[in-house]
Amino acid sequence: MTFDSLRRNLRFLIPAVAFAVLFVIYINTHPRGFSTYVVTIWANQGALLVFAAFAQFFVVLVRGIDLSVGAMIALSNVVASYAIAGDGASLWFGILAVLGTGLACGFANGLVVALGRIPPIVATLATGAVYSGSALFLRPTPGGDVNSDLSDAMTYAIGPVPTSLVLIAAIVVVFAVMLRYTAFGLSLYGVGSSEHSAALTGISLIKTRIAAHALGGLCAGVAGFYISMVTLTGDAGIGPTYTLNSIAAIVLGGISLGGGIGGPFGVVVGALLLKTVAALMFFSGLPPLAQPFFEGLILALAITLGSLGLLRVRNRLKLFAQ
Amino acid sequence: MSNTSRLIELSGITKTYGPVTALKNVDFSCAAGTIHAILGENGAGKSTLMKLLAGVIVPTAGEIRLDGNAIHFAGPRDAADNGLVCMFQELSLMPNLTVGNNIVLSRPQSRFGFLCRSGYQEARACLDRIGAGKIALDCPVHELTLAERQLVEIAKALYQKPRLLILDEATSALGADAVEKVFSVVRELRDAGTCVLFISHRFHEVHSLADKISVFRNGSHVQTFAAGAVDHDGIVALMIGQSLEQLFPPPRKPIAESVAPLLSVRDMSWADELKDVNFDVRPGEIYGLGGLEGHGQQRVLEAVFGVLRGVSGRVEIGGKPFGRRTPFRSKSEEIGIAFIPEDRKTEGMIPSMSITDNMRLAGLGRDGLLTQDNQVREAHYKALLHRLDLVYGSLEDPVASLSGGNQQKVLLSKWLALNPRCILLLDPTRGIDVKTKAQIYQLLSDLAEAGMAIVLQSTDYEELVHLCDRVAVFYHGSIARELSGEMLTPTNLISAAMGLSGIAHATEAAA
Amino acid sequence: MTQSIKTLPRLSLSRYAIDPAIFLVATGCIVLLVIGGIVYPSFLSPGYLLQQLQIASFLGVIAAGATLVILLGYIDLSVPSAITAVAVLTTTVGGSSNPEIAVLAIPVGLVGGALIGLINGIGVAIFRLPSMVWTLAINSMLMGALVFFTGGFKPRGVTPPLSITLALDRTLGIPNAFLFWIAVILGVSLLLRRTIYGRYVFATGNSEKAVFLSGIRVRLVTVLTFVAAGVFTAIGAILLAGYANQAYQGMGDTYLMPVITAVVIGGTSILGGCGSYAGTVVGALFITLLSSILSVLQMPEAFRQIVFGAIILTMLLMRRFDRSNR
Repeated sequence: MTFDSLRRNLRFLIPAVAFAVLFVIYINTHPRGFSTYVVTIWANQGALLVFAAFAQFFVVLVRGIDLSVGAMIALSNVVASYAIAGDGASLWFGILAVLGTGLACGFANGLVVALGRIPPIVATLATGAVYSGSALFLRPTPGGDVNSDLSDAMTYAIGPVPTSLVLIAAIVVVFAVMLRYTAFGLSLYGVGSSEHSAALTGISLIKTRIAAHALGGLCAGVAGFYISMVTLTGDAGIGPTYTLNSIAAIVLGGISLGGGIGGPFGVVVGALLLKTVAALMFFSGLPPLAQPFFEGLILALAITLGSLGLLRVRNRLKLFAQ
Repeated sequence: MSNTSRLIELSGITKTYGPVTALKNVDFSCAAGTIHAILGENGAGKSTLMKLLAGVIVPTAGEIRLDGNAIHFAGPRDAADNGLVCMFQELSLMPNLTVGNNIVLSRPQSRFGFLCRSGYQEARACLDRIGAGKIALDCPVHELTLAERQLVEIAKALYQKPRLLILDEATSALGADAVEKVFSVVRELRDAGTCVLFISHRFHEVHSLADKISVFRNGSHVQTFAAGAVDHDGIVALMIGQSLEQLFPPPRKPIAESVAPLLSVRDMSWADELKDVNFDVRPGEIYGLGGLEGHGQQRVLEAVFGVLRGVSGRVEIGGKPFGRRTPFRSKSEEIGIAFIPEDRKTEGMIPSMSITDNMRLAGLGRDGLLTQDNQVREAHYKALLHRLDLVYGSLEDPVASLSGGNQQKVLLSKWLALNPRCILLLDPTRGIDVKTKAQIYQLLSDLAEAGMAIVLQSTDYEELVHLCDRVAVFYHGSIARELSGEMLTPTNLISAAMGLSGIAHATEAAA
Repeated sequence: MTQSIKTLPRLSLSRYAIDPAIFLVATGCIVLLVIGGIVYPSFLSPGYLLQQLQIASFLGVIAAGATLVILLGYIDLSVPSAITAVAVLTTTVGGSSNPEIAVLAIPVGLVGGALIGLINGIGVAIFRLPSMVWTLAINSMLMGALVFFTGGFKPRGVTPPLSITLALDRTLGIPNAFLFWIAVILGVSLLLRRTIYGRYVFATGNSEKAVFLSGIRVRLVTVLTFVAAGVFTAIGAILLAGYANQAYQGMGDTYLMPVITAVVIGGTSILGGCGSYAGTVVGALFITLLSSILSVLQMPEAFRQIVFGAIILTMLLMRRFDRSNR
């Protein structure tokens, strides 16, 4: 790696190193040590957050924010608890229905934000209420039935490698290629980087925004699906935690909330870092209810580190948002 | 068929923005295989015309014909697909993307949704062609200097294979060598049958490049003629609608060297944009700062006003050192500096707020947080608006409803009502009509007569020559030359700005 | 045409004209009252309406702080934990066996709120952290810290008598909470319309850059605003503690969404720089009436959320199209 590319990827490398260190500590403090079982449990939990973080990532990339991520995940999860109980063809349709739910929610968000021109933070606050209400309507109390063969296939290991890690790797590769080698992927960065310039370059802001939201929704659908694989139930109440953690994860992974900066590897590292910290705390004997304190602390540290660059900004005008 | 040579024709084009008319009933045409210069003052409607052709905006009325057929552009991509490509003055590069991606995205060539490698090879070739071989394709644009960004912008325009190429102040930040290289490419394009529309403030560039010249004034197309048909003075007269003598106030008496300076800047350095800048401004003087864009002249004024952090060197006001500078301290009564920023819309004003609220903003809270109004200052505001002849509907209207010139008058009143001792102006007449310009020049001249120290950064050479007592020309962050008296001519300004000290000396010898 | 200038107008009068957003929400309130009256006639009885005003007062006072912050172009997501923290703090001090300390319960609560606001403000204004993430982190930390403090149990303590008087008692039949709210409405409106600070807030929300270049100490204004928001949240928390006669974990959690919604549907732009506290007041009334009607209709929680979200979305979209038509 040349010096330039090191410098340019600093936002991503710091959390990556932090993650590696914490992961080693985690494995060493775990009472059962390093084994496929331990890693699988950890990876399954991590995968949930990775998918949730991707749901947030695409929207943040175009300088938005999605407060309905958790609600979309909850709704997809609830749909999954009805739709993927069967076998064969019905199972496949079920999976499509779950992913379609997420996609549709994201698409609706995109329409409201891009065509309705309502700031994303308020728009998704409102749509989030609708989605989480719908989830609660479909399943007032946690429950449901999920095809356990599929669940086993999705949550165990392929040889020594946890299936969830394979899934994460697959999704990262797909997104990395898309973001780097397609005009659409680059347009997402372009719009987040400078709306005005993107428009002058001939990129459609409306289409790109809607697509970003829809793609985020699809990821939320994947997250909802995978939660049903891990928990075997549907639960309408899981939303708020996921919204919060999805934002925390991408901030940790070096993705700028100002749009246009950060990549899929950062998303994964940020999510897994957050999960590892939570897991470490679980074993450290801290009261589980006090966990928010550390989650908040990590988020605060991450965001402070992320803005350290601002201290080097020597033109005060550059500090102000455009 | 006379139409065959006419690539593009505009007839009866009008464009209005709310109360402001940018173009009035314009008829204009240009032919393939020519370099066509568009001249006009700031605010004459040139940029609006270019935006129309590039599909960024649509005309309020009128028709655009391409190859004789009426055409409507859905957006910049649509115009580019028809071969109409613009290199924008306000750069259109996306800062977080790499150079290569910025260029390739302007005309995506993809197979199965993936961008082709050949696109990047073409992009590389375009950069090499204009002499920008050292700009790497994988470098993010935000790491480039202003001059490099301009080169990328030109390469991006070339990459789109234009039939009509619009260069809007394309070379304002480039040095002499780079400009020459770009011009030779432009000539090659012309010879290959491309029509090039060329906007520049530099007359020598227009003379060396253009085949045809069109002059715009106040949103109207005044005249089109072959290059060389009208001499320099004639063109200037067409542009401003009057002679230079009418535009500028009569020269003031020079200030004696013995007068103690009001503002002194000593050994000022900042980041890698300013290096050891020294100058003095005496009360009653108008001190000009010139140079190519991005060579540090704007930064100096920002550093004096306290906008920049980590500035080394000293600033003295009235002989007393002025350290720990912030805008709040700069405007205080004991210091008394006023600052007119470069970008009126985002830095100078709050467009959605009313004229009065904008005007009061700097003075608010100056006499403590509880006293709302200061009778003296209120009277001052009134007098200034009257003096500057502000044209407005109601003082309650948002300031955005005013024309650019009137906005600038509000901005000047806002600061002058604080009775500053020294006023720093960043390109105050950019995009302003001629009448307002003359008023602002007269005002500045009067203020100087009254003993104010004025520092004027400008991109308009005439302004620097006719209004200033002395002009410092910046080159790579330091003052390359200070011109005054006989030496203060447009030719000397330009050659010093481009780092050509030789030409300046030649003129010196002749004089 | 040039006019001769006789006097410069005082502060802009145009801002006193009724904002279409306020008009829309006020109409919404009337519609809700009519529906409520039809479904459940005693909905329109003075007793019931006064109770609604009392409940709306708590929301309205907390939303005063949120209005200031949002006008400035930021957002404060630490409201839920700040409410709980101040309530716990106040009741704990109020429960002190030493009466001299117990008297200080309310001042200590207010200082606590101001402190939370100060931390928020310093992060946002000095370190320039995105307000959404910074206040979210503060919210989590406070929430966790409270668990440490209370050990996860319901905190023991005594609600100060003054906060019970303010929150529960009535004067001449009118709830004290509502009277207090009226005082807050007058105070905040004056603050925003008649003081230099108010001018600064609107200007900064519109363009921080232009305000900075006008030689105004933007950072100070921002920090002060967050402190003020913290104090308003603290006042709301003390009232809520008085209303419930206790403080408990998670008592503020249900307030974040209504507070932001009240501000936004009241016509204050989430991007800052335009809006009014009057809008927030109407917004708070609307939200209180809406949730009251939804509970009177005995709608399940699921439908309440859907209707809530859908109505807010509709109002935002209606306002959007109203604006683009003009």
